[in-house]
Amino acid sequence: MSWVNAIVQGILTGGLYALFACGLSLMFGVMKVVNLAHGDLATVAAYIGIGVIAISHIPFLWSVPIVVLIMAVLGYALQRSLLQAAITRGELTTLIVTFGLSIVIENGLLQFFTANNRGIGTGSSLISSSFSIGAGLQIAWLNVVIFALAVVVLLGLQYFLSSSKYGRLIRAVADDREAAQLSGADYRHVFGICAAVAFGTVALAGISYGMTTVVSPTTGTDTILLFAFAAVVIGGLGSLWGTLVGGIVLGVAQQIGAQINISYELLAGYLVFLAVLVVRPQGLTARRSQS
Amino acid sequence: MSTSANEAAPAQQGAPLLEVRNLVVHHGQLRALSGISLRVFPGEVYAIIGANGAGKSTLLRTIAGLHHPTEGSIVYDGRDVTGMRAEKRATAGISMVPEGRRLFPSLTLEENLKVGATFARSGPWTVERVYDLFTWMKDRRNQKTSQMSGGEQQSVAIGRALVANPRVLLLDELSLGLAPVIVQRIYGMLPQILSSGVTVLLVEQDVSQALRVATHLQCLLEGHSTLEGRPADVTAEQVEAAYFGMGEHSAAAGSIPEGSEA
Repeated sequence: MSWVNAIVQGILTGGLYALFACGLSLMFGVMKVVNLAHGDLATVAAYIGIGVIAISHIPFLWSVPIVVLIMAVLGYALQRSLLQAAITRGELTTLIVTFGLSIVIENGLLQFFTANNRGIGTGSSLISSSFSIGAGLQIAWLNVVIFALAVVVLLGLQYFLSSSKYGRLIRAVADDREAAQLSGADYRHVFGICAAVAFGTVALAGISYGMTTVVSPTTGTDTILLFAFAAVVIGGLGSLWGTLVGGIVLGVAQQIGAQINISYELLAGYLVFLAVLVVRPQGLTARRSQS
Repeated sequence: MSTSANEAAPAQQGAPLLEVRNLVVHHGQLRALSGISLRVFPGEVYAIIGANGAGKSTLLRTIAGLHHPTEGSIVYDGRDVTGMRAEKRATAGISMVPEGRRLFPSLTLEENLKVGATFARSGPWTVERVYDLFTWMKDRRNQKTSQMSGGEQQSVAIGRALVANPRVLLLDELSLGLAPVIVQRIYGMLPQILSSGVTVLLVEQDVSQALRVATHLQCLLEGHSTLEGRPADVTAEQVEAAYFGMGEHSAAAGSIPEGSEA
C-alpha cells in the first residue's frame, strides 16, 4: 500500500511541477528565451501574495487574481524592455540577462524579506485537511486542488493558443517572426502578450508552492527552477501537456526514491531526468510543435 | 516576346502609388543595390527581372521594410515610408508574398489566412473570397500547410497576403521551385487579383513569364538597373543583354526606352 501511496502522491506533486514548468516551456517555445529567473519570479509572486494579504486583509482567494494580474503586467513590461533588448542581441545574451535578473531578485528579496521562511496562510480548513482512501493512503486536499489547477491552466493555455486571436499570433510568431511582420503583426507586442500569459502561470506556481510549503529568497533557483527544467526536459521541450507528463514522472520518481530511502528523494528525480536525456533527449511526448 | 496582355497596360500617369528613389542597400560590407529607382502606378504589373544575386529580392524586401536602405527613399501613396517598420507598412497596404512562401508550418491553412486577416485593411478580400479564388482550399482548410505541395503552399501564401487587402502586392519569385504548369496556373490567377484593384510589383527570374504578365519592367544586374521600359518597347536582344550584362553598348543603348531614369 505504501508504494501505491508513493505513486499517488507523486502524481499529485506532478501537478505542481507542471505549474512550475508550463511558463518556462511557453517562453522557450515562442521567444527561445531560457528564463533562468523563472523560479525567482515564482518566489516573487509568492511574496507578493503574502504582501497583498498582509496589507489589504482580503481573503486569500481574492488575492490570487490580483497577484496573477500584477505578474502578467510585470511580464509584459519585462519582455518589452529587458528581455526584448536581450533577444535582439542574441540567444546567449538572454541566458546572461536572465541569470543576472535571478541574482538581482534573490538579493532583493533577501534585503526586503530577510532569509526567513514564509508560507501563505490560506485561512481555509478545507485546504489544510485531508481524506483517506483505505488504509495508509492519506491525500491532502491541497494537493488535489493544485493538481486540478494545473490541469485547468494547461487546458486554458491550450484553448488560448489554439482558438484565440493572440494565441494564433503567438504560434505564428513562434513559427516565423518575419512572415508575421509581413502580415502586420508587431512581434514585440506578441512576445509581450506571451510573456504576460507565462508570468500569469508563474504567479499561480509561486502561490501554490507557498501554500504547500514555505518560500525563502533562494527557493526559486534551489527548487522551482530545477524542477521546472527537469519537468520540461522529461516531458519534451515546447510541449504543453509534456510538462504535466514530465511533472508527474518527476514527482513519482521522487516519491518512489523517498520510499526506498528518504534521502534518495531528489536523487531519484534527477536520475530519471538524466536517463531521459540519454535515452530519449527529445522528451517523452516527442512533438516538435508548440502547443 | 511581348503578347496581347501587355496592350491593356494602364498609362503611366497621375501620381505613382509606390515610388523608390535612388535606393542603396548594403548587406554588411556588400553593396546589394546601387541607386535603384522605380515608379509603380495604380493598376500596373511592374516586373523586376534579373539573374540570381541581382538584388531583386533585396529590393522587394526593402520595400516591405525587412531591410533598411543606407541611402534613398521609399514613398508610398505620397508618404515617405523609408523609416517605417515592416508591420506598419503591411497595415498601411503593402503586402508581400515572400520568397520561399514562408507559411506558418504549425498552423492550418485557415489559420494561416486568419493571421493574414488579423490586421487587415477593409476591402474586398476575405478568407471566404480566397476560397472562391482557390476552390480546392475550402475542403483542406484544417490541414497543416507543411503537408501541402509547393504550388498549394504558394497559393496559400498569396491568399494570406490578399486577405490583408493590400493596395500594393509584392510577389517575390512565385515560380521558384515549382513545375512550369503550376507556375502557369498561379500566374493565371493574376487577372482576378488585379481586377480587385490591387497593384502588383513582382520579382521573377523566369523572364518569359514576367514579360507575359508585366505592363512595365526593369532589369537588374549586380545591384544596378540595366534596362527599363514597357515589354512592348524592348526587344529580346535588349532583355538578354541587360539580363546577362553582355556587351556594354547594347545594355547602354537599350536602357532608356521611355526616357526614365535607369
